[in-house]
Amino acid sequence: MRELAHESKCGETILLKTFFLGIVLGLVAAAVALYAIPAVDQEREASIVTVSPNGGNAEMFHVNIPMDRVMVGAPEQVVSVPPGLAWPADEIMSGVRAELFKIRNARDTVVGVAVRTAAQNNGQDVIDWVLHLPARGSLFVNMEIAPREGGYRLGQIRSGSREFGQFSGVMTERWVVNKTAEEDAPTGRIELQASYVGQLAPLEPVE
Amino acid sequence: MKYLVSLLLGLLVGAALFAAGLVYNPFIADRTVSPLSVTDAEVISLNFAMVPAESIVYTNDGESVQAPHPEKVLQLWEPTIRMTSAMATVMRDARNQVAGFGVKFMSHSESTRLLRGEAIVDSVWYVYLPEHGSIFIEQTENYFPLMREVAFSAWKSSANSWRGNWFGDLTAGPGALGTARVSGGSGRLDGLSMEGVESMTVKAFSTEAGLVSADGRLIIEMP
Repeated sequence: MRELAHESKCGETILLKTFFLGIVLGLVAAAVALYAIPAVDQEREASIVTVSPNGGNAEMFHVNIPMDRVMVGAPEQVVSVPPGLAWPADEIMSGVRAELFKIRNARDTVVGVAVRTAAQNNGQDVIDWVLHLPARGSLFVNMEIAPREGGYRLGQIRSGSREFGQFSGVMTERWVVNKTAEEDAPTGRIELQASYVGQLAPLEPVE
Repeated sequence: MKYLVSLLLGLLVGAALFAAGLVYNPFIADRTVSPLSVTDAEVISLNFAMVPAESIVYTNDGESVQAPHPEKVLQLWEPTIRMTSAMATVMRDARNQVAGFGVKFMSHSESTRLLRGEAIVDSVWYVYLPEHGSIFIEQTENYFPLMREVAFSAWKSSANSWRGNWFGDLTAGPGALGTARVSGGSGRLDGLSMEGVESMTVKAFSTEAGLVSADGRLIIEMP
């Protein structure tokens, strides 16, 4: 009888020890899993960058119109995009037009989102682009108001984040009408060509 | 068999203890005071609605807690942008007058480290203020305090909702003092490099609808 009781007690002790071992293993496993498995893993598309003859790198993006249009915000629109959009009717917003797009790379794959703002403001007109590529960073470009010969508009890269943080350069925008007769083809596309130039680091003084 | 069951139960309890430790970790301190709140410099203060239904447009992959607004807006479902959301909203000044509009792009960041209490979002703002000009804001935001104090509390509640008054800074970088990098693009802000902080006030949250009552604020310190 005493042996039976002793065996039972031993069994309970081992059971309890197994349980505590499980707790320790659970704590370690959870910590290792959280450390090793990335909480966020952004999908990436290989960049299609070409080297410009005059230095720097060039990259093409485009927006298919109308399918990549997320929003068109402007006063007194007959058809709102998206349906149900309520653009503020305040006087201060009267000269502002803002558009949100998805942007595509040269392979016609969506790689990011962008906003284009055109504002008329007592002679201080503004056309700005912000391109946001989730896995890479963002670009802020301030465009010239008047288009150049050839129908394109030139802009300066004013700032950028992450991968684009060290770049200066220019970007052009151009409207290209679609001439194919394909069904479901876009009416046209906005072509954006960004030319990146690395920032010059100041020279170390020679001793 | 009973030893295996005991081990499995232990594993589950261990994982649960770890999760609880993560949420209640006292070593993960919340930054409560923004360095810009004590500045003597001129600041631009902008208020905006954080609830998607109160914005002009809000869109994401369509499967997140926050529903896109308006309902038929194009969704960001493509693999490269499905962890991104975009919001266009009216920006109001300190007197609650319309000062312009802003667009915010937010993407989940690969630098998220939950072990260190960092749920990071890489975000940029484009803000156009007719009286000042245009601004580009680059920042990393940490949503861990919000998740811990608001979302987790709502999840614990039997009603799956939270009501209260939570205020905190979302901006966590890239500035050394946890501030955002701000660049002026036009108008009187043209060419200026500034710093900024985005903060948020939440009054109601639901696990089913996300933010129910919340406002955001951008403070930009002029040089």
